[in-house]
Amino acid sequence: MTQSVRAGMIANLPVAASVGVYGSVLGVLAAQKSISWSTLLMMNLSIFAGSAQFVMVDMWTPPLPIVEMTAAVLMINLRYLLIGASLKPVFKNTSIWHKLGVMHLVADENWAVTMAAHRNGKATTGFLFGGGICLVTIWCFGTMLGHTLGNAVTNPEAYALDFAFIAVFTALAVSLFRGAKDILPWLVAAIVAAVTEHWIPGKWYVLSGGVSGALMAVFHNPMRKGLKNDD
Amino acid sequence: MISGDVKIGLAIGLAAVVTYALRAGGLLLSEKLPDKGGFKRFFDALPGTILLSLVTPGILASGGIGVLAAAATGLCAYRTGNLFVSMLIGMAVIIIQRNFF
Repeated sequence: MTQSVRAGMIANLPVAASVGVYGSVLGVLAAQKSISWSTLLMMNLSIFAGSAQFVMVDMWTPPLPIVEMTAAVLMINLRYLLIGASLKPVFKNTSIWHKLGVMHLVADENWAVTMAAHRNGKATTGFLFGGGICLVTIWCFGTMLGHTLGNAVTNPEAYALDFAFIAVFTALAVSLFRGAKDILPWLVAAIVAAVTEHWIPGKWYVLSGGVSGALMAVFHNPMRKGLKNDD
Repeated sequence: MISGDVKIGLAIGLAAVVTYALRAGGLLLSEKLPDKGGFKRFFDALPGTILLSLVTPGILASGGIGVLAAAATGLCAYRTGNLFVSMLIGMAVIIIQRNFF
């Protein structure tokens, strides 16, 4: 168990680097909104979801619009329903308490790293949890640094820091590619996500693209036609 | 009238509960679903399609250079399997374009 936790922590270090930078930007924004560091830390530990926290900080003008904020967080984080569901094989044969305990520290990044490791049979809940510990630590560190230093990173675009996330998730996506049977589902996912993002505000594109791509895989099944695909 | 501090606690608490409910709820709901046939194909394909949906709009928003950088990252990841190097290659393409062109 401890060994897999450590393996998870190490495997998440490359992703954690960009999480730290992302966090420092959030810290800067929070400081500008006069959100105290203790409030920010409370958000980091209890919510632990990057994009939702960005939107909350953005909406943070007293008196706080609590209902709107909660609704926004719900919509942004709906993708966690799918992310949680896709972790089913990793959590096979674990107790309910184990599941409830580990799921809090599941973010996009350690989920993606774990699913990639799962393809090689190396993923365990300890690995997932270790990744979560690594990310939450860096996330807190990054946001606190940004909050303290203010505008330390004045021009993040020049260093492509805005692209770090896209690059790391692209690399992770490639490691999940299962060969020919994924081509059509992936094409559908990409097109639907792009179209949704263009027409519907918010993060709905993650859900619509993910679901429609996976549905494509359900209904277009090359195996059924005798075309054998290796996994 | 609710005081400011209580409102802050309430806002964060609700966001935390909603987020956790989605995380745990997704996992627990999936256990109720059958582990074969269409459901299995759906959940097997899901990680890849979610991840792709997450990045596609961002790549397109970065324009032609974004597509080029993502392609370089993807090719490197496919060939080497090295996450960190692949990320750096994608960022390098963007840095070069933004600072020298």
